[in-house]
Amino acid sequence: MSDCGCSCQAAPKFVFSCSGAADVGEVADQAARGVSREGAAKMFCLAGIGGRVSGIVKSTEAAQQVVAIDGCPLNCARKTLEEAGFTEFGHIQLVDLGFKKGESPATPDNIQTVMRAVSEAFSK
Amino acid sequence: MKILVMGPGCPKCEQAEKNVRDAVAEAGIAADIQKVKDFQEIAKYGVFSTPAVVIDGEVKVVGKAPSKKDVLSWLK
Repeated sequence: MSDCGCSCQAAPKFVFSCSGAADVGEVADQAARGVSREGAAKMFCLAGIGGRVSGIVKSTEAAQQVVAIDGCPLNCARKTLEEAGFTEFGHIQLVDLGFKKGESPATPDNIQTVMRAVSEAFSK
Repeated sequence: MKILVMGPGCPKCEQAEKNVRDAVAEAGIAADIQKVKDFQEIAKYGVFSTPAVVIDGEVKVVGKAPSKKDVLSWLK
């Protein structure tokens, strides 16, 4: 790595969210946005991975670390990344955090719980 | 063929540009090679670390300077 102070210095950390239609998808989405706002990682576009947008795919390949958040056991975010050839990434499944689809509104507490899990995943 | 070399101008970005220009010269093809330093412009391609090389709208590499051999393979 060069020490010129430009964006060459550090590869970014990316967080992807399923951002699904259900309440748990909203929680996943808001948690990813919250983590991105706090600066721990950058939320990146899962649709760009699904659409094989070259810049999104290549930027993700160059990322230092990637974490995907899935709201429900369908694991759409994880599968989307895997279909694009990604294997090395952290995965958070909201069911594992006690969230039930249809019973988990996007409250500040719920979003914070997921944000903490994302931060822990990035610290591994 | 249009080739964009993206980056603010650090040593790795300069190396990327050099390797692209060397590869184009070796391949003997006509290519419009442009440097892109503006991050807003770079982000339009979904590129979030540099250097990056884009050939005819397709991002070929992000976050490292490609070798001349890499670039030659993209020019075929």
